[in-house]
Amino acid sequence: MRITQGTFSYLPELTDGEISAQIAYALGNGWPCSVEFTDDPHPRNAYWEMWGLPMFDLRDPAGVLHEINECRRAYPDHYVRLNAYDAGYGRQTTALSFIVHRPAAEPGFRLDRTETADRRVRYRMHPYALDRPAGERYRAR
Amino acid sequence: MDSTSIVPHAQGMTNRWSAGVIPYAEMGYWQPDYEPGPSDVLAAFRITPQPGVPPEEAGAAVAGESSTATWTVVWTDRLTSYAEYQAKCYRVDAVPGAENQYIAHIAYKLDLFEEGSIANLTSSIIGNVFGFKALRALRLEDMRIPPHYVKTFQGPAHGIVMEREYLGKFGRPLLGATVKPKLGLSARNYGRVVYEALRGGLDFTKDDENINSQPFMRWRDRFLHCMEAVAKAQAATGEVKGHYLNVTAATMEDMYERAEFARDLGSVIVMIDLTVGYTAIQSMARWARRNGMLLHLHRAGHSTYTRQKTHGVSFRVIAKWMRLAGVDHLHAGTVVGKLEGDPNSVAGFYDTLRLDHVTADPVRGLYFDQEWASTPGVMPVASGGIHAGQMHQLLHHLGEDVILQFGGGTIGHPMGIAAGATANRVALEAMIKARNEGRHFLAEGPDILRAAAKRSRELDIALSTWGDVTFDYESTDTPDVTPTPTLT
Repeated sequence: MRITQGTFSYLPELTDGEISAQIAYALGNGWPCSVEFTDDPHPRNAYWEMWGLPMFDLRDPAGVLHEINECRRAYPDHYVRLNAYDAGYGRQTTALSFIVHRPAAEPGFRLDRTETADRRVRYRMHPYALDRPAGERYRAR
Repeated sequence: MDSTSIVPHAQGMTNRWSAGVIPYAEMGYWQPDYEPGPSDVLAAFRITPQPGVPPEEAGAAVAGESSTATWTVVWTDRLTSYAEYQAKCYRVDAVPGAENQYIAHIAYKLDLFEEGSIANLTSSIIGNVFGFKALRALRLEDMRIPPHYVKTFQGPAHGIVMEREYLGKFGRPLLGATVKPKLGLSARNYGRVVYEALRGGLDFTKDDENINSQPFMRWRDRFLHCMEAVAKAQAATGEVKGHYLNVTAATMEDMYERAEFARDLGSVIVMIDLTVGYTAIQSMARWARRNGMLLHLHRAGHSTYTRQKTHGVSFRVIAKWMRLAGVDHLHAGTVVGKLEGDPNSVAGFYDTLRLDHVTADPVRGLYFDQEWASTPGVMPVASGGIHAGQMHQLLHHLGEDVILQFGGGTIGHPMGIAAGATANRVALEAMIKARNEGRHFLAEGPDILRAAAKRSRELDIALSTWGDVTFDYESTDTPDVTPTPTLT
């Protein structure tokens, strides 16, 4: 299973050079970048952990890539994503967001169904990894 | 104002009388010196007068018949401050290169309209006047809605920014597909198409405009099967997915029942057709905001009055009304697909839906500046005869805040529906990546797609199936400054 969140999930994994080009595009638009990581990839989990604050004043793609690699090193068993933020008036939201690192194995999600009255089914999406404590979810047993 | 653009009065009042028209121009509806106020509602009409009717008289007649006038003088006018309530035609320009066509600019006092009511606005502006005998044809080209009036409308239930945050999808157009065939699939088979398309990589699938609750598939059965498909696809991808459940029905009570059922099943979005009418659309927009549901509007039926250049209502006006009414999605043309859409006109529609400040631009058919006063944007939807091989053109013409819907271009894929969806998603991501890298993606588009297809058999097959399909017909609805289609 491959989680396909983010702007680029149907392409081969981006190389560091390709990631740098995307960072340069973001910075060129005046969008500060930030790095986030998680081991709870439920699509409704909006708040991945922040790898430091957004890099508001960083203008060099190499600096952003450095932080990505530091985060990868610290959390090799987590998902890591790069966000670019557009603070422009009337926008004020994420402009670009893509996964730059994944756990070695992605077990995916279980779909639980609860049958209720008149043929209705309640669905619950459960990440298999969530059964283990935070920080250990994707670590090889 | 350029005084040379005013067409001089035709000589001889007898002709005017013989056409059966009283001189509206002399009743205060023609005021070439009038300076529109900041809170006036402005309209630009394309008028084609009957023979012998001078253009300012025709413009004045439109102003009169869309505001206070009746066909004869009534003494009861004198019980009112009628000068306030009269619309004023303040400018008439001959259309370059078109015989006997004029653009009449008309100003309406804000006091003429009920707050927050598209029905009232349209009953005034297009209520009676389109059947007026003194005109051979009439078209409402554009309107300026002042911020004073804009702010009396709810506007989109969520808007583009909130939709993206709700779905967790950024930095690229969204992808959709309409389930085909339009008619005849059972609920179970229908849900199969939804599941395959969503798990393959689309963000949305969609009911077609005429999928409501027919004998072959009742709405409730469709909703249940579609939501099974959506839930399964979400689990298979880890992404938020949606299916536009069309709740269009005969009565508001039916629509609310269906929408509430969709909400209770966990759908993120419901859909209605333009045919339900403006009041029903506004009611559903309120319901959608109250219930946290995105609202998709299909513009079913619009071409009956938007397509012909001399008579009807331009789609840019419909787009403006629908943004006020409060929908989150609106079909607005593809440029390159199978349905009508001159590139410049379509760009004008997209600007109208997405921007906060729209500057008058005759090339795009925009007659007025329009301030949206922080009203959220509507996500335009491009649907009809488009495929992965056009991805560079679609991104170039339509930009990033758009939903690209590939119905046949997904479901018709020789390897299956999921493969068709994957082909579209790969093509889209490859094109966005190339654009962000600074490549000239429009010129290099075919190369970019071919390179991506080397890593994706799904895209490779899609390109070899549809790569050469185009719909290259001349548009009927073009801005006057570019009388020939600009499609390249």
